Amino acid sequence: MTIYGVALLAFCFLVGKLIGNALGVSIGVNGDVGGVGFAMILLIFSNGYLKKKGWLAAPTENGILFWTSMYIPIVVAMSATQNVKAALSGGPVAIVVGVVVSVVGFLLVPLISKIGKNDYEHN
Amino acid sequence: MEIIEKVFSKNGLVFAFLVVGVIMLGAYWVSKNILRNKIPGVAIAIIVALVLAFFGNKKGIADISLFGGMALLGGSMLRDFSVVSTAMGADFDKIKQAGLAGTISLFVGVFFSFFLGVVLAVALGYTDAVSLATIGAGACTYIVGPVTGSALGASSEVIAISIATGVVKVIVTTIGTPIIAKSIKLDNPHSAVVFGGLLGTTSGVAAGLAATDPKLVPYGALTATFYTGLGCLLCPSIFYYALKLFMV
Repeated sequence: MTIYGVALLAFCFLVGKLIGNALGVSIGVNGDVGGVGFAMILLIFSNGYLKKKGWLAAPTENGILFWTSMYIPIVVAMSATQNVKAALSGGPVAIVVGVVVSVVGFLLVPLISKIGKNDYEHN
Repeated sequence: MEIIEKVFSKNGLVFAFLVVGVIMLGAYWVSKNILRNKIPGVAIAIIVALVLAFFGNKKGIADISLFGGMALLGGSMLRDFSVVSTAMGADFDKIKQAGLAGTISLFVGVFFSFFLGVVLAVALGYTDAVSLATIGAGACTYIVGPVTGSALGASSEVIAISIATGVVKVIVTTIGTPIIAKSIKLDNPHSAVVFGGLLGTTSGVAAGLAATDPKLVPYGALTATFYTGLGCLLCPSIFYYALKLFMV
């Protein structure tokens, strides 16, 4: 049933968020540290396990894949609800810092990507 | 007229589905028929959405009550829920191989964003350590900025600037990623993991990768999700003290 997939996703999501928030409290940051990441790893493992056991029926999987396909529309809605006005009215400081930091971030990608890339290609 | 508004705002989430659907339909049509696929439809849809956000204030278009449902559809709950679901298409071996590079990219990302932000803020005339640290933190993400600012007791004006800095980063990442992706070799899971750790702004990484290649989204999102937490941990503590050492 489709709802099994949605429920599995919800389970992974909530457990991941719980771990993220517990980690946040334990290191003194009042918030979620990596909750989405933990949830994703949990989903990857439960997906692999259930597939191996043959317990992941197609409708179940579709319950999760539906949300994957909703991802881009959600990002569009998210963009429409950003504080764009503040970004531009924050003055030159916000714009200069925001633009330079992003561009330097882009340029660092090929540099850091070299790490571990060699054994990746060998495999 | 009154009935229309009542029905639409009462069923805000459903209306948001319709609004986003129409935006995407139009964006994909323009991409295919007018721009001959030179700019991906997703990128156009996101730019249209950012323009629409101009009509509101803090919550973008969701400030207009008719479009209130957009805040729910585009809010962090559904965003994170759908981001987690993308893990279904992720290959764990690839994540493991990029693990070291991803971890390093996280620390490098937070470190360089903070200190580059500080240096630029000094160049633009800020002198006190608290304001500098807050703006530097805003250069990480728009959440790290205010968290650091309120922890250090920065003025509300500086906190507003730090939020604005973070939002500018989201927008530049969103629009810039598909444009620059090829020249920084952002076309495989390995570099997507690194990209997520370096830029760290979940919304920008998510939207930018979606517009570049949706297959890369889970890899970038995985590292980006640790970034804000790491920033909130390092900026108001170690980084602020390091900054104060330099100032004296």
